[in-house]
Amino acid sequence: MELAIPSDVQAIERVVDAVVERCVAAEYPRRLCALNVPVALTEALANAILRGNRGAADKQVRVRACVQADQLVLEVEDEGAGFDLAECTADPTEASHLELEGGRGLFLMSRLMDRVERYAPETRGNVVRMTLHRP
Amino acid sequence: MSFAMQRQGEIVVVDVEGQLIVGNRQELKQKVLDELERGERKFLIDFSRTGYIDSSGLGVLVSLSKKIREQGGELRLANLNDDLKTLFELTKLDTLFQIADTRERALESF
Repeated sequence: MELAIPSDVQAIERVVDAVVERCVAAEYPRRLCALNVPVALTEALANAILRGNRGAADKQVRVRACVQADQLVLEVEDEGAGFDLAECTADPTEASHLELEGGRGLFLMSRLMDRVERYAPETRGNVVRMTLHRP
Repeated sequence: MSFAMQRQGEIVVVDVEGQLIVGNRQELKQKVLDELERGERKFLIDFSRTGYIDSSGLGVLVSLSKKIREQGGELRLANLNDDLKTLFELTKLDTLFQIADTRERALESF
């Protein structure tokens, strides 16, 4: 499954619904379909739209979802400059960060997926790839 | 997704129907802040009809909790399903909020 959406957070939910639908059809465990996939994918899409593309109307976000029997791979590609995952190490569960409004997105992605990677495609932009193995 | 608000005595009860995510979190924030501005001080957010919450949704809850507390008010959460509980536990926000298993218990806790 591959699709492109505008840089608009209102487009997130229908993408998430479509991917979750495929996970349900593939009989992935209920919790993965209700928690891990929708939350992690929402985070990745929000990052791509708001940080990668900075909400620019002329930029798109591409989503690729490969739902296999043993694992699912989600890729979210924006047109931004990218970021270094290794630099995003702040722990939002530390007492001093607990009352901050932001800073939980990448943390949730890493906790809800088995692997989160970022790479730059040959053309331009930034891709976040998330892998989740079927338990 | 929508937010239904009603009063039960002196408590403002908000039902979150659907998702609480980046696309609608501002609507929830504004509704609660409007009530706070009108002088309401006791708030209960009920998640019995909620699907999932993302980091933006969690962030809005944190922000509202602070603002309500600063005004001398109280915020309670109720009816988190197991998935949502996991989310709060992962982020340790279960230590920040007063969370009740049922709406009734949350109402009684004020």
